[in-house]
Amino acid sequence: MSAQALTYFFVGLSFMLYIAIAIWSRAESTNDFYVAGKGVNPVANGMATAADWMSASSFISMAGLISFLGKDGAVYLMGWTGGYVLLALLLAPYLRKFGQYTVPDFIGTRYYSKTARLVAVLCLIFISFTYVAGQMRGVGIVFSRFLEVEINIGVIIGMIVVFFYAVLGGMKGITYTQVAQYCVMIFAYLVPAIFISILITGNPVPQLGFGDTLVNSSTYLLDKLDQLSVDLGFNAYTESTKSNIDIFCITAALMFGTAGLPHVIVRFFTVPKVSDARKSAGYALICIAILYTTAPAVAAFSRVNFIESIQEKSYLDSPDWFKNWENIGLIAWKDKNEDGLVNYSAGKAFGEGRPDFLDSRGSQGERKIKNPITKDNDNEVYIDQDIMVLANPEIAKLPAWVMALVAAGGLAAALSTAAGLLLVISSSISHDLLKKTFMPKINERQELFYARCSAAIAIFIAGLFGIYPPGFVAQVVAFAFGLAASTIFPAIFLGIFFKRINKEGAIFGMLGGLLFTSSYIIFFKFISPELNNSDNWLFGISPEGIGFLGMFVNLIIAVFGSAFSSKPPFEVEKMVDQIRLP
Amino acid sequence: MTDKEYWKANIRLLIILLSIWLMIWFGFGIILSDFLDQFSIGGFKLGFWFAQQGSIYGFVILIFAYVFAMNHIEKKLNDNKEKKN
Repeated sequence: MSAQALTYFFVGLSFMLYIAIAIWSRAESTNDFYVAGKGVNPVANGMATAADWMSASSFISMAGLISFLGKDGAVYLMGWTGGYVLLALLLAPYLRKFGQYTVPDFIGTRYYSKTARLVAVLCLIFISFTYVAGQMRGVGIVFSRFLEVEINIGVIIGMIVVFFYAVLGGMKGITYTQVAQYCVMIFAYLVPAIFISILITGNPVPQLGFGDTLVNSSTYLLDKLDQLSVDLGFNAYTESTKSNIDIFCITAALMFGTAGLPHVIVRFFTVPKVSDARKSAGYALICIAILYTTAPAVAAFSRVNFIESIQEKSYLDSPDWFKNWENIGLIAWKDKNEDGLVNYSAGKAFGEGRPDFLDSRGSQGERKIKNPITKDNDNEVYIDQDIMVLANPEIAKLPAWVMALVAAGGLAAALSTAAGLLLVISSSISHDLLKKTFMPKINERQELFYARCSAAIAIFIAGLFGIYPPGFVAQVVAFAFGLAASTIFPAIFLGIFFKRINKEGAIFGMLGGLLFTSSYIIFFKFISPELNNSDNWLFGISPEGIGFLGMFVNLIIAVFGSAFSSKPPFEVEKMVDQIRLP
Repeated sequence: MTDKEYWKANIRLLIILLSIWLMIWFGFGIILSDFLDQFSIGGFKLGFWFAQQGSIYGFVILIFAYVFAMNHIEKKLNDNKEKKN
C-alpha cells in the first residue's frame, strides 16, 4: 500500500472507532451529558483527561519548540505538568465533593451570586474559544499535509466527527472517545520515538537514549548536540538563556493556568468518589508524563538528525523529505553564497517571518521566495518547528505506516481537545446561562435539548474559526493560560480554603485579574508589539508570564474586598465545611 | 479524628507537599539548575535532566504520595465516625 493509502486507512479506522463509541455511549440525561453520570473509572478518566489536555500543539509542535529552545524548553515541560499537582491537591477532590455540573456552578453557588456565575461564564467562554480555534485549524492542517485535501475540507470533516460524539454523547460520549484517542495518540507518538532512539543511540527507551552515547561512538548524544549547536553559532543546547525571573513567571503562569482550565477541571466531576478524583489526577499525570518525557528526547534526536542530514549537502542531493516539505511550505532555502550547498546556522535566513513563496523555481529547482534576505548571518534555511514531529519519521527513514500513524495521532490529539472544550462551552450556556439564570423554568428534557443545540452551535463557530483563522490565534495561547490563572483558579481556590471570602471580593477579584492580565497582554501583543521586549516589561515579566502576577492581583483584591464587606451567609459557610470533608 | 483535626491534617500535608513541589521545579529546575549542571548522570547534566525529565517524574510521585497520605487520614476519620455510631 502507498503511504497515502495507509494514511487513509489508519485515519478512517480511527474515525470509525470514535463514531462507534459515540453511538454506544449516548447520553440519556443531563447528568450523563454534563458529567458522564459520575460513573467514570478513575483510570479511564485519567486517560481521558490526558487526551483532553494534550492538544494538537502538544502533539505536533511541542517537540519542535523544545528542539529550537534547548534547555529553556523546560518552561513548557514543567509548566504543563506541574499544574496537575495543584489540580490534585487544591481543586479536584473538593470540586468533586461539591458534586454539581460546571465550573461556573461552583463559583455561582459558593459566592451566592448570579453576577459571579456570569463573570465565570464569560471567562470560561473566552478561554475555551481561544483554545478551540487553534484545535480546529490543527485538524485542517493535519488533513492537508497528510491526505492532500483542502484545509477547509479537513476542518469540515473534523466538525462532523466531533458533532457526532459531542452532540449525541455529551460528556459520556466524549469521555470514552477520549480514552480511545489517548491510546491512538500515545502509540503514534511513541512508535517513531522508539525507532529513532534505537537508530541514534541503540537504546529502545527514548527517555534513557536521550542521555546515552551515540551508536558506534563513545560521545554522548547531548554533548554532540551542544557541539553542533555551538559550531553553527547557536547557544549550547543544554544551557539556558532567559532570565530566571521570567522563566519562573512563565512556568508558574502555565501551571496555575493549567489548574484553572475549565475543560480540565470538569473532567474530575465525572468520577464516582472524592478519593477517585485524587487518584484520577495521578493517573492523568502519568498518561501525560509518558508523552511529556518523550518529547524532549524527540526534540534532541530530531535536531541532531536534521542538522546531520542537510548541513553542507548540495541542494540537488538533499533528501526527498527536504524537498517535499519545501513544497508544502514548512521549509525554505535561499542559496545566499551561491555555492549550491545547504548552509544552516544561527540567525534568520530572511526577514518578515514565514516564507512568502513565488510561483517560480531557482536554478537548483528550489522554490523562490519574496522575503527580503538578511545580510547579518549566513543561514540559508527556514524551518518550521512542526517539522520536528511531522517529518521526523521521514528524516529517520522509517517505514510509511509510521507516517500514517503520526497523522492519525495528530488528529486524535486535536479532536479530543476540541471536543472537551466544546462540551464546557455548551454546558455553561445550557446550564449556567439558561437553566440557572435566564430560563429557570425549563425541565430536564428541555435543558438536555438546549445543551445539544449549544454544542452544535459551538462546533459551528469553532469550525468557522478553523476555516477563517483570526490572525491572532498564535498570539492568544498566552491569553488563555493567563486568564485561567488570574480569574478561575484564584476564585475556586479561595472559595475552598478561605470561608471569609464573599461575593464582592470574588467578583471584583476576578474582574481585576481579568482586566490586569488582558490589558498587559493586549498592550504588548496587539497595540505596541514593537515595545514587546524585556526593557519595557513590568519587573522583566513577559506577556506569557503575566498571568502569574494577575493571579496575585486577583488574590489581593479578593482578600481586601471581602475584609471591608459583610461575611458570607451561614449556609455558604456550611457548604464550605461540607466540601472540605471527603 | 474529628472533622477539624482532619482539615488541619490535610492543610499540613498540603504545605509539606507544595513546598516539595516548589523545590522540584523552581529549586532544581530553575534556580539551582546551573549549579547542578556540574554533576552528571549518564550523558545528562543534572540540572538539565531535572528541568526536562526529573521534575515531571517528581510531580507524578508527589500526587501519589498525596493520594496515599489522604487515604490514610480519611481512614482515621472514618474509624472515628464508626466508633461514635
